[in-house]
Amino acid sequence: MGNINLKQVTKSFGDVQVIPPLDLEINEGEFVVFVGPSGCGKSTLLRLIAGLEDTTSGHIQIDGTDATSLPPAKRGLAMVFQSYALYPHMTVRKNIAFPMKMAGLDQATQDAKIEAAAKALNLTDYLDRRPGQLSGGQRQRVAIGRAIVREPAAFLFDEPLSNLDAALRVGMRLEISELHEKLKTTMIYVTHDQVEAMTMADKIVVLQAGVIEQVGSPLELYRTPRNRFVAGFIGSPKMNLIEGPEAAKHGAHTIGIRPEHTDISTTEGLWAGTVGVAEHLGSDTFIHIHGIEGCDPMTVRTSGDVAVSHGDKVYLTPNPAQIHKFGSDGLRMS
Amino acid sequence: MARAVTTQKKIMWTALAWAFGLLMFFPILWTFLTSFKTEAAAIADPPVWFLFDWTTENYAAVQQRSNYPLALMNSIIIAVGSTILGILLAVPAAWAMAFVPGKRTKDVLLWMLSTKMLPAVGVLYPLVLLAKWLGVMDSRILLIVVLMLINLPIIVWMLYTYFREIPGEILEASRMDGASLKSEILYVLTPMAVPGIASTVLLNIILAWNEAFWTILLTTVDAAPLTKFIAGFSAPEGLFYAKLSAASMLAIAPILIMGWFSQKQLVRGLTFGAVK
Repeated sequence: MGNINLKQVTKSFGDVQVIPPLDLEINEGEFVVFVGPSGCGKSTLLRLIAGLEDTTSGHIQIDGTDATSLPPAKRGLAMVFQSYALYPHMTVRKNIAFPMKMAGLDQATQDAKIEAAAKALNLTDYLDRRPGQLSGGQRQRVAIGRAIVREPAAFLFDEPLSNLDAALRVGMRLEISELHEKLKTTMIYVTHDQVEAMTMADKIVVLQAGVIEQVGSPLELYRTPRNRFVAGFIGSPKMNLIEGPEAAKHGAHTIGIRPEHTDISTTEGLWAGTVGVAEHLGSDTFIHIHGIEGCDPMTVRTSGDVAVSHGDKVYLTPNPAQIHKFGSDGLRMS
Repeated sequence: MARAVTTQKKIMWTALAWAFGLLMFFPILWTFLTSFKTEAAAIADPPVWFLFDWTTENYAAVQQRSNYPLALMNSIIIAVGSTILGILLAVPAAWAMAFVPGKRTKDVLLWMLSTKMLPAVGVLYPLVLLAKWLGVMDSRILLIVVLMLINLPIIVWMLYTYFREIPGEILEASRMDGASLKSEILYVLTPMAVPGIASTVLLNIILAWNEAFWTILLTTVDAAPLTKFIAGFSAPEGLFYAKLSAASMLAIAPILIMGWFSQKQLVRGLTFGAVK
């Protein structure tokens, strides 16, 4: 259980169409990430699937049945919100029990499921506390617990980690991935963070202005971005996009080269430039280089022990096998 | 940096605040004192302050002349009844306006408030005729309904302001969790809005308790609340200030005590939404 099919779905707010006709197929058990810059319609799309917004036209099928006009409660989905959206007046136990209470489950079943969820999420000691007495990470776990006990056809996550600090975010990211491995339930996850998308997804859906730019596995998107937008959006640091004569040499309007696919040398190379900023991360160094025609600054990723600093003259050589070519329409040239 | 306030200024402002407070309180104080005077002392010129023969005869006389327990009971039933009925109607209305506003929600709110500016006497005649036709003149149920209708705009407004403070995502979460509209309002919205609902209830009990126009005009004996009870002491054959004061004290005592204990709630309720 857990196929979700979107057919020619559109959404308008007044006269503004935020989602032009869109088709998407989400298979059972997949971890799908909607990623895109803010305002790209990814949250709206999730809310359409959840039933919290009505579609303007088109159909949404969940497990083969048309759910377009079903209320959220009847769709068999569970959602984890960015703000956690816990019930502040209820204890953790009651928060987790709420969906089961609404479903009319008997007390014994409720207790057993609460215990199991609490154990899985390390919440056993906090069951009698209120959300206000919990840390951000614990609140997030409660929200997940509340979703798990519903045994939904699919989990919907709306930027669930963006309110957490960086260290916790990495931890929770792993926990959610592990949860998916364990439950094998379909998960749809919305984020603007492409690192989250790359690390968690089976399938990434890149959105821009309500339009799906590309659908594919993280590595597909990394290796063969369909257009300039996806090329620039997926990967960190961003792909360098070079226009002008340098691109023309390759018979393209724009060429793209990832920071990790460029060799840097202080003595010789194809392109010459000056170091603007060198960011030393220990494991890696990100060097931002000025003075290269068609791309300023150009970013290069290299090993952690490269000792260059502001103003140094450097030479760059891209790996020819890793050059992406794009036409004037922005699409990838095969 | 905190603003420096000199002791002198503090004393001045404190004195001013106290003076203003006493000014507001003076009528109640004077009524209280008069209620313990003899009728002669009550109209003495110059007025006597504290040095008079304190007597409780007025209270005894008031009790004898009229049915205080009945009036008190009527006041309680009418004030509490109209408030509860109002809350029951206003919660769904305020929910709709706060969480699923339409294009005209603001207009509807303003229109509701504007009805408060209608002179009450304008609808007196139709209302009396209607009440007579329905055979409900001088009944508690009539007053409960009328006072509820009169205070409904304020109840809706107050609840609306409170509900607006509740994050919509929490209500959406309850919808995802399978809650019906009824469950959503009952288990999620209302418990979260308890402080707001409490302030609204308090304020409306006070408003309904003090309402004099309709309560005096629509009742005679059976449903007469404390307002009518006081009015009964301003007799045409002469004013009995001391007895009138005693009756007034008896009428306002319950609400005064309630207000005293719920001061904090009330102030919070009235200023809520003003500070954002």
